[in-house]
Amino acid sequence: MSIRSQSDAFDHQGPGEKAVGLTPRGAWNAFLMLLTREILRFGRIWVQTVLPPMIMTALYFVVFGHLIGPRIGEIDGVPYIQYLVPGLILMSVITQSYANSVSSFFGAKFARHVEELLVSPMPNWLIIVGYVAGGVARGLTVGAAVTIVALLFAELSVHSVLNLFGVALMTSILFALGGLINAVYATHFDHISIVPTFVLTPLTYLGGVFYSINMLSEFWQQASLYNPILYIINGFRYAMLGISDVPIWSTYAILAVGILIAYFYLLRLFNKGIGLRG
Amino acid sequence: MSNAVESNAVEIYELEKTYEGGTRALKGIELAIAEGDFFALLGPNGAGKSTTIGILCSLVNKTAGSVRVFGHDLDRDRAWVKAQIGVVPQEFNFNQFEPVEEVVINQGGFYGMTRKAAKKRAHELLKQLGLYDKREGMARALSGGMKRRLMIARALVHDPRMLILDEPTAGVDIELRRGMWDFLTQINKQGTTIILTTHYLEEAEALCRNIAIINEGRIVEHNSMRNLLAKLSQETFVLYAREPVESLPEMPVVGSRLIDDETIEVDLNRDQELTGVFDVLRGHGIVIERMKNKTSRLEELFLRLVQDDDAAINAEERS
Ligand SMILES: Nc1ncnc2c1ncn2[C@@H]1O[C@H](COP(=O)(O)OP(=O)(O)OP(=O)(O)O)[C@@H](O)[C@H]1O
Ligand SMILES: [Mg+2]
Repeated sequence: MSIRSQSDAFDHQGPGEKAVGLTPRGAWNAFLMLLTREILRFGRIWVQTVLPPMIMTALYFVVFGHLIGPRIGEIDGVPYIQYLVPGLILMSVITQSYANSVSSFFGAKFARHVEELLVSPMPNWLIIVGYVAGGVARGLTVGAAVTIVALLFAELSVHSVLNLFGVALMTSILFALGGLINAVYATHFDHISIVPTFVLTPLTYLGGVFYSINMLSEFWQQASLYNPILYIINGFRYAMLGISDVPIWSTYAILAVGILIAYFYLLRLFNKGIGLRG
Repeated sequence: MSNAVESNAVEIYELEKTYEGGTRALKGIELAIAEGDFFALLGPNGAGKSTTIGILCSLVNKTAGSVRVFGHDLDRDRAWVKAQIGVVPQEFNFNQFEPVEEVVINQGGFYGMTRKAAKKRAHELLKQLGLYDKREGMARALSGGMKRRLMIARALVHDPRMLILDEPTAGVDIELRRGMWDFLTQINKQGTTIILTTHYLEEAEALCRNIAIINEGRIVEHNSMRNLLAKLSQETFVLYAREPVESLPEMPVVGSRLIDDETIEVDLNRDQELTGVFDVLRGHGIVIERMKNKTSRLEELFLRLVQDDDAAINAEERS
């Protein structure tokens, strides 16, 4: 009994008084614990999580940058290998943020340790924020690792630091939320690779990682403008190289709207207990 | 017990649960469990024990009815209620690829503890539960009985007011089970309300003060263990003779049998004493070396209640 009354993490007030689960301090502790667990998780399996995107990026630079690049010349006044850098970094941020939350949360559902969170007084929004922070941590860690790889092949130029971090952070938040939505609906391991394979990868490849949409015919230029990932990649390219196919405000608008929709949609899924509670 | 209503740890009214797919797991359960109680929820497979517990600890959404925990409505003050409860589920539900101590420490964090406080408490509990030496190894590498104890440590990390255990001793050997009983008894003495479900009827008998029996989603008995046991009239004892017995003498009992030439079974009413049996046997030169209680009386009662209930349900369905 004595230990209980000393604890300030949650209160033990009697009936009639305001009864909360976690105090703000407790909520912060819970958030830190969940984030730490997520970072330790992808850190433990870095050979599966951090290394592959580094190798893949190196291969892209060798094949597209070094071998094919010189034949392409410049795009928007920038050598092709340089032009590739922002898109390749952001592609890793997108896939890794998504992969982290989808595999971690689905794994937790599958092995049932998601119940550790569901029985705890952590509110649903905090569980979401914790997992998203984990996805952001992995997305940005891999983004940084890939940037180091890029340094071996191309010069790093930064046009606007603020936009660089702003776009990278918001992108990882958005795709970590997306991965979490995917995980909530998934009932089978196959379900966690459907969206990355059939939606994310095509949209990313067609989203201007490797080319400027000015190189496309009028029809495909217009069609590309319906691809939200185009705005994100171009925003990041603007932050690094100062060139973009779209205005920077449209990048932030897409990211902000996407994050809000994804977050509130996810919160609704959690509150209803879809895929979580019997 | 003057403030009996306020001090109830759990009050359940007309609780119903219909799972997706139509299984009616709970058909209107009423239950009250006092604070500080050691309470057993008994029932056959599929009776609705885990469903009831799942609702109590917010893992299952109820279909109808209401639940109060320490005077707080579950729907209104869910987060507060969650903070009062520690739960040991029926099936392993920790991350098998995490180090043992991390499983406990993480859970402490999710209840709002700092890593430092959670680690200190985790180490205390792992010591008490005999897992301290294993704390750095992967949870996957623990034996089944150790995994159960790990879940007990995890459930206690935030010092809950109420501990709920869903078949905590399933797959745990006799010796460890006794150790676990002692541990739980001690925690209960310190003031923690304990609810457990079990298939080992002797377990409920050894540990619990109050008991509810659930069958097909209905409570069929809700009583103190003492009252329940008093309802039973007969007990069977097995006696082991030192030397082979040729035939049994007349004894002051309800019934007696020779199982093999060294094993005797006697049925006694509550008002009959074993001394009478021993006197007669000694008079015939039969020396009893050892004896044991054969029927779990609870088991007998359990079967009777469940059969009565099934009969009632059948009658209801026919009419
Ligand atoms: N997630 C679920 N979805 C659908 N039906 C379920 C689910 N969980 C349990 N049930 C059904 O609800 C009924 C009660 O199950 P419950 O797990 O509560 O029983 P129990 O008393 O814990 O049994 P046991 O002693 O075997 O653990 C059973 O008919 C079971 O099949
Ligand atoms: Mg069960």
